Amino acid sequence: MRIEVRDLGYIYSEGMPFESVALEGVSFTVESGEFAAVIGHTGSGKSTLLMHLNGLMKPTHGCVLADGIDINEKTKEAREARRKVGLVFQYPEYQLFEETVLKDVCFGPKNYGFSPEECEAKAISALKLVGIDPDVKGSVSPFELSGGEKRRVAIAGVLAMDPQVLILDEPTAGLDPKGHQDILDMVKKIHTDRNLTILLVSHNMDDAARLADRILVLDKGHLAMDGTPQEVFSHYDELHSIGLSTPSASELLHLLKQKGLNVNPNIFDEDEAAEEIVRALNNK
Amino acid sequence: MAIKDITLGQYYPGDSVIHRLDPRTKLIGTVLFLVSLFVVKSFTGFLFCAICLGILVKLSGVPFKFMARGLKAVMFLIVFTAVINLFMTPGTPIWQFGILKIAREGIYRAVFMAIRLVMLIFGSSLLTLTTKPVAMTDGMERLFRPLAKLGLPSHELAMMMTIALRFIPTLLDETDKIMKAQTARGADFESGNLRERAKGLIPLLVPLFVSAFRIAADLAMAMEARCYRGGDGRTRMNGMAFTRLDRIAAVLIVLYFAAVIAIGRLPLF
Amino acid sequence: MSKETVIQLKDVGFSYYTENEDGSLNTDTDVTMKHSEKRMALDGVTLDIERGSFVAVVGSNGSGKSTLAKHLNALLLPVSGEVLVCGMSTADPENTWEIRRRCGMVFQNPDNQLVSSVVEDDVAFGPENLGVEPSEIRRRVDESLKAVGMYEFRKKGPHLLSGGQKQRVAIAGVLAMQPECIVFDEPTAMLDPSGRAEILKIIRGLHGQGKTVVLITHFMEEAAQADRIIVMDQGRPILDESPDKLFAHAEKLHSLNLQMPFGASMANKLAARGVALPEGIITSERLAECLCG
Repeated sequence: MRIEVRDLGYIYSEGMPFESVALEGVSFTVESGEFAAVIGHTGSGKSTLLMHLNGLMKPTHGCVLADGIDINEKTKEAREARRKVGLVFQYPEYQLFEETVLKDVCFGPKNYGFSPEECEAKAISALKLVGIDPDVKGSVSPFELSGGEKRRVAIAGVLAMDPQVLILDEPTAGLDPKGHQDILDMVKKIHTDRNLTILLVSHNMDDAARLADRILVLDKGHLAMDGTPQEVFSHYDELHSIGLSTPSASELLHLLKQKGLNVNPNIFDEDEAAEEIVRALNNK
Repeated sequence: MAIKDITLGQYYPGDSVIHRLDPRTKLIGTVLFLVSLFVVKSFTGFLFCAICLGILVKLSGVPFKFMARGLKAVMFLIVFTAVINLFMTPGTPIWQFGILKIAREGIYRAVFMAIRLVMLIFGSSLLTLTTKPVAMTDGMERLFRPLAKLGLPSHELAMMMTIALRFIPTLLDETDKIMKAQTARGADFESGNLRERAKGLIPLLVPLFVSAFRIAADLAMAMEARCYRGGDGRTRMNGMAFTRLDRIAAVLIVLYFAAVIAIGRLPLF
Repeated sequence: MSKETVIQLKDVGFSYYTENEDGSLNTDTDVTMKHSEKRMALDGVTLDIERGSFVAVVGSNGSGKSTLAKHLNALLLPVSGEVLVCGMSTADPENTWEIRRRCGMVFQNPDNQLVSSVVEDDVAFGPENLGVEPSEIRRRVDESLKAVGMYEFRKKGPHLLSGGQKQRVAIAGVLAMQPECIVFDEPTAMLDPSGRAEILKIIRGLHGQGKTVVLITHFMEEAAQADRIIVMDQGRPILDESPDKLFAHAEKLHSLNLQMPFGASMANKLAARGVALPEGIITSERLAECLCG
């Protein structure tokens, strides 16, 4: 599914003395099957943007199109389009409420009127996708799971609605390095297995560079940059001026360049950066 | 965010004479003012109360419009009381339609009750508008402390109020987040009959309770780590002390109350 | 016990499943986490923490690092062995409050540890509990808020602050009790990068002023700032080294699911490619110096 955002604007408490602009003139398109990362400071408007993508918030200006359908229309197609945009919030495990893992994952499809059998089939397939064995954990209370497992179940709860776009707001927040890596591997797997369009909000530039084909940079409610990781992360000074950075490898290469070593600073992979440093040292 | 629009019970920041009074003075003063509204039996008496209240509002620097907004929330109650009194008071009928009849005494009573209610609300909101919730809690704790001997846990009640004040915004935020997350999963909190709506609240209430328990467990541990062990041996940073201002206020409160009683004894309309 | 030792753990064992014999010391009530296996959360931990040192405790989830932290100020009591804080045993209820005053604690969740709806009242909470004179509380509150750069927010409500700012208020609340030692239990886990940087800067500053700091974290970059790192696994400290020596154990750390700081990992990669580098490189800055120096 293709997501098109046209001149999106959102103003909090419009017309009141304390109104504030959360988004202004944001336009971009994410193609079907693309993996886009959204980066920006806390308060840059990332969360507000995400909530517009599946109609949880209504724009004060502009529109959001999913495969050409304006998702804020009151038609059946628009409701269907909203269902196809799955949104995973930060700390999604806080939304779990059912008696069993399976029932909880069924909640989404049930709300959209699927039969109990269909719901269960969708839930089982979603649980498998996130790496939770439905036979072992399906009948367990979600509150008895470990932190990482809870988060996976919550993500399965969104996947069970068969979205074509999956939006994840910092899915690794609060996890340890192992949990962090596992969740990202899972997102990668979902992307390839189901060929979903993915929008991932992240604070980690290394993750963004490694996973995404596309980077959207938000700053103070505006879309500051939009391009491939190569393009976006080559704007070292611009990123730093809005309080962001480039991937660690690139940061190191920039440091070396400043100190007079002749390296190409726009390399984001650790091993490639190591090769580049060796090459530069040999040419010195 | 409709909840945030209600001004009743809100604090209006300022540094007026009224703001600076000790919360205990204001609490006692407010209670006496409310009592005085029931002592008064005549419109002249109400006029006196209203003038005094008007002076206090003026002194507090709270805009009258801001106070009046608080009335909106209870307008229904005032109108309802007035209407009941209007029709239900027996006396000389001046208008009749079927079983509905309005007596002269009814009009008098309806207006009387409406004025009393409006003044009750203005009087108590003057207290909350000029006293920070935290100061109010402290004031109540101090006032009720002598009752501890009778088994009233004044410190514990005050601590509970402090924590409630602290976590109400947090829980409102939490509610908003959970609602959004469940809406994203197709939950519907707005349509259906009463039964369906009540059932629809489960996906909101269960996570909310879980959150509340987590907060409680975390907070209890954090409080213990900071050496909290109940009210015994505790000191307060903002020690309360009656100042000259409070002494003046006390004299004025006594004079006011005496005047109200005196007016009540006069044969006035 | 040498003069410099602030905290001493002697063969400490703890399990969330063991009932305490003494009913008054019910240590199990605060446990919200459910352990799937019946094993010891702490299994014979013996270590000393010196006055004025900066110790980081790392380990993956369930390694026992948070359980360890809660033993340092009598929030949990050992089932076996003994914890001494400034020479006082945590097992003796007489010592509990003095231990908690001397060894303050900052928790993970910035929201759930602030008590009052006004910042300065929250900071006053600790000293108020200790029965400190009102004028002295005022002085300490102002001083602590200034120390964490939150003085101008003293009249604000915590719900209007960012995560990092709330954690700074929590730190001020501990400082106002004038502790000798502060235990930070994953203080940055729920913060964004800028909040994380703020808190770490304050922690380093406190250490610079002579406070003993124990930092529980799963971020190796943060742990690398300490002068000693203890790696926990299955309730036991399995490595206990200075950062420059610790990161030589790359394989071992990897097997424990712990990430090397970027600088150290890069230095290893370069060394493997035949670049001559001194040992003990941790940060990118140091690595750049070595390469271009």
